[in-house]
Amino acid sequence: MSINTDMTVRVVAISQVAEKVKRFRLERADGGAMPVFSGGAHVVVAMRDGDLLRRNPYSLMSSPRDTSAFEISTLRVENSRGGSAFMHEKLKVGDRLIVSQPINLFPFDGRGRKHILMAGGIGITPFIAMMDQMQREDRPFELHYAIRNRGHGAYWKELTERYGPHRVKIYVDDEKLFIPVDQILGAQPLGTHLYVCGPAGMIDGVLGRARGAGWPEQNLHCERFLAPPPGKSFRVILRKSAKTLTVATHQSILEAVEAAGVDAPFLCRGGACGQCETSIVSYQGALEHNDHYLEPDDKQSGRKIMICVSRLNGPEITLDL
Amino acid sequence: MLVVGIKSRPVYTGLSIDAHAPRHLFALENEGARAVLEQADKACLAKSEILYIGADSFATELAGLKPFDLWTAHTVPILLNRLKVTLQTAKMGTRLYIAGTESFIGQAMQVALELGIDFNSIRTEHRGSLARRVQCVHCKGITDKVTTSPYTCTHCGLPLLVRDHYSRRLGAFQGVNIDAEEPGTAPAPEVLFP
Amino acid sequence: MNITFKKETFRDDFTFRNSPATIRRFPFPFNEDSYMYSVNMEPHVKGAPGTAFESLIDVDEHFISEMHDRALVLKEDPLRCQALPHMMTAQWDTLELIMEQQAAGYPEHFSLTRDGDNWHWINRPMGIDQKFIFGDASTLAYEPMEYITRQAQGDFCIVDQRDNNLWMDAGMVTTQADWSLDFDIGMNFMEWHGPVPLAHQIGVFERALKFLLNLQQGKPVRRLNWTMTINPRLDTSPENYPKWGPDRTTVTPENVGNKVHLRCELQSLWRLPRSNAILFVIRCYLIKMEEIATVPKWARRLPRVLRSLPPELVDYKGLTRYRQATIDWLSKFDDGLATSPGIFPD
Repeated sequence: MSINTDMTVRVVAISQVAEKVKRFRLERADGGAMPVFSGGAHVVVAMRDGDLLRRNPYSLMSSPRDTSAFEISTLRVENSRGGSAFMHEKLKVGDRLIVSQPINLFPFDGRGRKHILMAGGIGITPFIAMMDQMQREDRPFELHYAIRNRGHGAYWKELTERYGPHRVKIYVDDEKLFIPVDQILGAQPLGTHLYVCGPAGMIDGVLGRARGAGWPEQNLHCERFLAPPPGKSFRVILRKSAKTLTVATHQSILEAVEAAGVDAPFLCRGGACGQCETSIVSYQGALEHNDHYLEPDDKQSGRKIMICVSRLNGPEITLDL
Repeated sequence: MLVVGIKSRPVYTGLSIDAHAPRHLFALENEGARAVLEQADKACLAKSEILYIGADSFATELAGLKPFDLWTAHTVPILLNRLKVTLQTAKMGTRLYIAGTESFIGQAMQVALELGIDFNSIRTEHRGSLARRVQCVHCKGITDKVTTSPYTCTHCGLPLLVRDHYSRRLGAFQGVNIDAEEPGTAPAPEVLFP
Repeated sequence: MNITFKKETFRDDFTFRNSPATIRRFPFPFNEDSYMYSVNMEPHVKGAPGTAFESLIDVDEHFISEMHDRALVLKEDPLRCQALPHMMTAQWDTLELIMEQQAAGYPEHFSLTRDGDNWHWINRPMGIDQKFIFGDASTLAYEPMEYITRQAQGDFCIVDQRDNNLWMDAGMVTTQADWSLDFDIGMNFMEWHGPVPLAHQIGVFERALKFLLNLQQGKPVRRLNWTMTINPRLDTSPENYPKWGPDRTTVTPENVGNKVHLRCELQSLWRLPRSNAILFVIRCYLIKMEEIATVPKWARRLPRVLRSLPPELVDYKGLTRYRQATIDWLSKFDDGLATSPGIFPD
């Protein structure tokens, strides 16, 4: 089932939008129209870094209706696995990248009477596209955006100007302004949906408070920008492909499999969507499940693993791939 | 068409109280009151409002629990209207619990769904009669308190097989003309939902 | 390609007939001599010319007559077309998809030109020349889904994706094999498939749901489903069961060839871009046994399939009264020779 719908794009502009944040404007190399998409969607960007092919997911922040280009913003991360270093230091205007079709694992609920968006740092990106769409479709929303300081925070000024201070509230850590989560949670009409995107601690904290305030699961949504955590190196045997490979310390199983020329399915590359679920034939050591997808029993069973983020602490694992 | 044992009928998992919720709203019909009376942990009652319809004896027992508010209705439509009004101004964190006959649960659920509450967040418990609310798929007329299959549609007169296929949106099971292929051969009604 | 459209009826006098070319392009649903449910999805890509797969939204010689029948059904029963309030964005996605695909597949019959949000749609067979603003429902005579599906063959369901589940939240359903949109609208995947026997036990729906939740933009999929109908009647809705139910008792050994029809649904599923919903197209094709008999491979295979069906399927698909008569009639074409794999005629 390998119909290739990926698109070759050219980087047409790179802007420094905040201290560690750059925005990249991507247009199709063939001059064609970009597909429209739904706010919250991301694309997987494949970039050649020397002899390494990197694939990273980035939220689309451009207007979902804008077919002239895609725009993404990335944070330069300390101890990057190389992806953000590449984007910030090596990528130049004119360079080519491959991007996937948009994939949405963080859509808003169309039935919502109101939408509360909570963003932390670079977690603002999916909300920028979402708000553009919500405004156009006349959907009531509020953005609560937490930034470290006004120099680090990206887009806070533009968003406040565009949507107005009654809809966009900025909270600055350095100024000791913090999102009054409990107050917000207690003041929403029935049928409100809550969306959180930011550091794991923020997501877990906010959702924990929401559950504690009696909000049902169906009204809570989050997107985690989970980069595959590093770990010890180990061997992988692919039974169907009859290949043996080594997963390096800063490499995910999925990345090692792809580097070995094997096509494995994926969608989010962040342990959330389930597409890369792989059956385990056997293993020695302990499985490190880093995903947010498998049920606890599946994790215990030792028969399944999400290869985009999970690892083995041991010498060898055989997968049904 | 006439297959039995289909999987799309609702399952009522019981009134498990969400201890975290700051406000609890109960809609109870008759024996549905027992679902609350039999709750082991009654700590939530101080934050609970009960909307009740049914026998006075249950109303007295419910009052004995000293909920934050107990409101009794004369008829189901009146209760449903009060439920609607309450939900319209309710905040997130309000949990809804419904107990009673399937027909009552379905109708109360409809009110909540209309206001954008996800049905998975509503806790329900079946108590009392198994009688069903059925929609005739032909004339769209709804008949309540159906205890037999087949039954005669009270709107268009066709004999209808009562299927287990259930619509939350309509709050009713589906009734289909049982002798459509050979009119006049409908079997005698059998009490299946007493 | 230029199609010659027929003028025929799917009710009352039933003048519907397939021309010889249409018989050969029929999407025969059986690729072997027996049948069981499976998640038989494959990529929905353009197939060979001369087959029902040659365009991604298929228009054939029955187009105008089918649209006429649809208009009659809707006049009698407006509840066959409904959309829950939150589905408007998905309705526009659907309008765009159908207009684009029909214009691309049949440029001599349909054209679509766009200037920003100012769109111009021409449907020559139905004499429609429409300028409108994409996204502004006040510029069309109907809401977008109803507008375009009154000009497209087959039923269309728009399925919302939320909560790791799929929800049938809008649809135009006038050519269905016995299910009610008015009853099922708002249900989720397992609920609307509730009445289907056997499939739940073998996990077909779990696998299908998981697959569809990850359906991607630009990669539609398709599968075939089937049942049988007496007379070429498109509207075999439960609503009208008292009208078409008695037809099942009118089959005799002499009239099987003319009355008994194989009804195939070519289903395609498309991820919609702006709404993230899924468009579920159920394109219905009818063929009578006499027409099946003109294709030797199908005439051999069909009685074998019918003989192999489990009783629950026979009952659920409504075949009980006339299955044996159909097998008997077809058996004269089954010389016991092997049939080639796959669905296409030899």
